[in-house]
Amino acid sequence: MFRNVAELVELAESKQKKISTLMIEQEMEVTGKSREEIIRQMGVNLDVMEQAVEKGLQGVRSVSGLTGGDAVLLQNYIKSGNSLSGELLLDAVSKAVATNEVNAAMGTICATPTAGSAGVVPGTLFALQNKLKPSREQKIEFLFTAGAFGFVVANNASISGAAGGCQAEVGSASGMAAAAIVEMAGGTPAQSAEAMAITLKNMLGLVCDPVAGLVEVPCVKRNAMGAANAMVAADMALAGITSRIPCDEVIDAMYKIGQTMPSALRETAQGGLAATPTGRELEAKIFGLPLNKK
Amino acid sequence: MKFRSVFDIIGPVMIGPSSSHTAGAARIGRVARNLFDREPKWAHISFYGSFAKTYKGHGTDVAIVGGLLDFDTFDKRIKESLEIARKKKMKITFREEEAVPEHPNTAKITVGDDDGELELVGISIGGGKIEIVELNGFKLRLSGHNPAILVVHDDRFGAIANVSNILAKHQINIGQMEVSRKEKGQMALMTIEVDQNLEDHVIAEITALPNITQVARIVD
Repeated sequence: MFRNVAELVELAESKQKKISTLMIEQEMEVTGKSREEIIRQMGVNLDVMEQAVEKGLQGVRSVSGLTGGDAVLLQNYIKSGNSLSGELLLDAVSKAVATNEVNAAMGTICATPTAGSAGVVPGTLFALQNKLKPSREQKIEFLFTAGAFGFVVANNASISGAAGGCQAEVGSASGMAAAAIVEMAGGTPAQSAEAMAITLKNMLGLVCDPVAGLVEVPCVKRNAMGAANAMVAADMALAGITSRIPCDEVIDAMYKIGQTMPSALRETAQGGLAATPTGRELEAKIFGLPLNKK
Repeated sequence: MKFRSVFDIIGPVMIGPSSSHTAGAARIGRVARNLFDREPKWAHISFYGSFAKTYKGHGTDVAIVGGLLDFDTFDKRIKESLEIARKKKMKITFREEEAVPEHPNTAKITVGDDDGELELVGISIGGGKIEIVELNGFKLRLSGHNPAILVVHDDRFGAIANVSNILAKHQINIGQMEVSRKEKGQMALMTIEVDQNLEDHVIAEITALPNITQVARIVD
């Protein structure tokens, strides 16, 4: 059993196995289930993710009306051929947004690692399929690799916005995605760890400040940037760039930052963007409550 | 290790918008329903911390009632659970508590009908994973690091031995076990932490034992 990223990488290197393989083997050990059953179960999750992306790309709108339709806008923009930051990157962003728009509309999604951060991993995965042409099995492996890194974060820090802020949710999701992208692109386990470290470093301190307590503003756009962050960090790691601070220490820093974060910035809708004049105005409009309601 | 399975991280499949405030809440409600073992006539639900501040936006109220109606996290009926409960004449009240809980996502549920009531406190620790920390005033001292079940039983000789025999038969190791009762010969509780996840058929086998009232997974 691996307890941290260093052990995970060490295990992968010494046994000459992919991180996804190690995650599957650990799951077999913990649950007593067969490899086939575990892979089948992850396949179900993959299908849910794909359906959520497809639904979001057709255009959805949340009950509050705060979010929806941005995934479609971005797809249309990509088709115009005028995009600046590249089609693959924007496709990942658009698919991340699609997932979270479906989530906000109370559609069916797969939490990765949470619902509020559910867009990043599938967004990057389904954007890469045109370029890397993964088989279904490789897409499932992508989810196990993401899961392995998420497993370490969940046990050594947190994946809860109420406990650790957005850095624990979209931050963790982006790190998980970056690590999985590296593996799918043929990088080494050590490069996966570097990609996770680079991504998470750029998410440290991110607060959880949802307007009106809804998983919409700024969650959907945080997933967009989380996907972009993951893609760029994966490219950096594949280029051979390393993080000066080792991945486990970045995770530990994230945990400690979360612990010192005031409650107003941990999913209580009391601070940050939720407490801006516009945030309060939207809250009052949606719930018919007086402004600055405690 | 609080998170043991990769499916705690990649999963659950659920109705949005929040894994802790929607899926986790539905799971807490469903544990209450399972322990009560029938559809309650009424429910009082108290929210603490982040649950109290944001339950409307996250649909925590809708989800917890969905759980009380025995809906799983991915059941599309969760969205209409308040309406469904109203049609079934289930009486539901919500309270936003000011008290600061140990965990930011805490809910207390009291359910009941003409024949009895049950109270539990659950926490939602992230990604849809939950823990039950209190039942009918009994504090459940679980490490939260291993799968655990809660067995409600009549305080009779042999009840504890019968449960442990079944676990032994399936080669399931008990890591920690606590038994408690309110009065001699009355309702008693076993909380058992085990090393492996328990399959449904093992739970069913325990439930079928004499003097066992209910069995529920409280950490998995």
